[in-house]
Amino acid sequence: MKKIEAIIKPFKIEEVKDALNEIGIEGMTVSEVKGFGRQKGHTEIYRGSEYTVDFLPKMKIEIVLADDAVEGAIEAIMKSAKTGKIGDGKIFVFHVENAIRIRTSETGEKAV
Amino acid sequence: MDKFYPLHEITDLKKTGGHKSFCYHCVMISFLARIFHTGSSRGAMNPDTDNEGDGLRRRLYVSYCPRSNSKLTQYPSGVRKPQQNQYEIGGLPHRFKMSLLFLIFFISSAIGAPVRETGSQPFSVEQRLSYLEAMLHNEDPSLTGIVSVAAPWHTAWMMVAALLVLFMVLPGLALFYGGLVRQKNVLSILATCLGIAGLVIILWWAFGYSLVFGHNFHSSFLGGSEYFFLQGVNSLPNTSYAYWIPQNIFCIYELAFAIITPALIFGASAERMKFSAVLFYSFLWMFCIYFPLAHMVWGSNGLLNGLLNPEAWIPALDFAGGTVVHMSSGWSALVLCIILGKRLGHGKEPMMPHSLVLTVVGTGILWIGWYGFNAGSALGVDSIAMNAFMTTTLAAGAGCLTWPTIEFLFRGKLSVLGFCSGAVAGLVAVTPACGFINSAGAIWSGFIAAIVTYFACTTFKKIFHYDDALDSFGIHGVGGTIGALLTGVFATSTVNAHLISPITINNGLEHALKNQTIWLIQAKALGMCLLYVVIVSLVIAAIVNGIIGLRANQEAEAQGLDISDHGEEGYTLNG
Repeated sequence: MKKIEAIIKPFKIEEVKDALNEIGIEGMTVSEVKGFGRQKGHTEIYRGSEYTVDFLPKMKIEIVLADDAVEGAIEAIMKSAKTGKIGDGKIFVFHVENAIRIRTSETGEKAV
Repeated sequence: MDKFYPLHEITDLKKTGGHKSFCYHCVMISFLARIFHTGSSRGAMNPDTDNEGDGLRRRLYVSYCPRSNSKLTQYPSGVRKPQQNQYEIGGLPHRFKMSLLFLIFFISSAIGAPVRETGSQPFSVEQRLSYLEAMLHNEDPSLTGIVSVAAPWHTAWMMVAALLVLFMVLPGLALFYGGLVRQKNVLSILATCLGIAGLVIILWWAFGYSLVFGHNFHSSFLGGSEYFFLQGVNSLPNTSYAYWIPQNIFCIYELAFAIITPALIFGASAERMKFSAVLFYSFLWMFCIYFPLAHMVWGSNGLLNGLLNPEAWIPALDFAGGTVVHMSSGWSALVLCIILGKRLGHGKEPMMPHSLVLTVVGTGILWIGWYGFNAGSALGVDSIAMNAFMTTTLAAGAGCLTWPTIEFLFRGKLSVLGFCSGAVAGLVAVTPACGFINSAGAIWSGFIAAIVTYFACTTFKKIFHYDDALDSFGIHGVGGTIGALLTGVFATSTVNAHLISPITINNGLEHALKNQTIWLIQAKALGMCLLYVVIVSLVIAAIVNGIIGLRANQEAEAQGLDISDHGEEGYTLNG
């Protein structure tokens, strides 16, 4: 089992979700996050007070799935989230020890 | 004397279901004629014993009872059928004048303010008509010898205006300032507006109104004690200030000003001042600054009242409170924010407005409310009020456009906060001027005020390193000062005829108007106010700081005043 964590541009979230649905991935957790990488922030001015906003809003998608589905999912995210401009985001893949479905007590891949 | 029966009977049995009834038109008219003629709404309506009202009653009766002209009507026996044309009065058509009388006396008796006569002799029709004309034009009726009453339309407008000014504070100013602070302090701003509203209402009831608009101290610095606890403040006008609006409405209207003024100060001290200190400071501030200053500027024997006080030391002009409201609060705000010091992390952490949307909503409410503030300050519906209505709009528009335009020139973008700030700056500047200047003066006022306040809020603030959090000083202090000066530059007697009167001739204002030196008088008044306000607010701040402390502790400030002072949050996740 693997966990994919993808940080993407907020306006791409619907496209990414649809692309993942198409290859049969029907569960995910998303959150609104802020952060920065190579993409620079911007300045905001309120009556002459200037603020540099470093942390830019992004969306984080978390999916846990069977090992053999990982390649397809990464490909789908890459394709749908890419704009070619700086700030498109990153994908991280982790190893997952176990998964448990609370309702049925199923464990492992069956629980995903 | 011919007998005259005011009531004719309707004898159409089909209409009245077989019973005789009296024509209600005639009952009403004779009732009004009675009030009008004898000064009492009660008393006998017996036509046999009461003759003095006959002439008028007959006129009203003949002119206005539609039924008396219908063929369904019968006159009781012995009634002389009156001739309509023998009662023509010169000038306006008879019918018009009589309908005016009808309307006015009907409404004024309906709102519980009977016309009172001072002499024992009934008044002539000419006297009564000049009385009504004075009422129409919001002028002094004392020459007619008839005591003024609460005129319905002047009163209705003043009630609306009072509501508009209250609406400026809650929620106008609360939202305007609330949107500009960080999320963790939004409630502290709303609480400030609410707390001050409650506090000032009680102070105004107990002492405030009397100290500002009373007389018995015979002082040009403070009013009197006769209206303490609003004793004797009823529906009759206080003719020292307004002939045609009841004193209780006048009192509440002026109360609304007293509420918004201290609330403006705490924009500068936002995000770091303890709530208990806010209330204590406001309490002292009202007694030491607002009440005396309002009496000096607006009191009929005030030190700086050029329009009402023939003995004014400095015969200055302040139509709706440029000095009393905006300058006093703005300069106190500057003093307070310097004494408090900067917010934690000022200049290092981002302190962006948490919701400009709220600020825009607040700006809109302030703008609308300002019509009550400015046009209402005419204390009636007259040409000065209408002019103020127009100039208020024009100055707001000029400011609203100018501020973001400067931003565009310097930064390349037009900001929403710029539009809001500019509109408010224009409104602040036109406040002391709106009843004295024409449309061109209003546009110039808005334009100049927006430029000056822009630099006050950006450049001055950076040079002098004070943390005027929401620019109370930058906009209200500076804008109010500029506006008061510009009042002197643009004031004209073509707009406000009161600028030329025996009073202004006596105190030198009229002379200054002719020589175009009112701005010098204004500058003197400004200087005096500024000095007074700065010194006294320093003392007040020192007292509050010494007794309970002005500033919230660091932990509370970091956490946010909403939780530390009020135990609540403006926005919760699990609502």
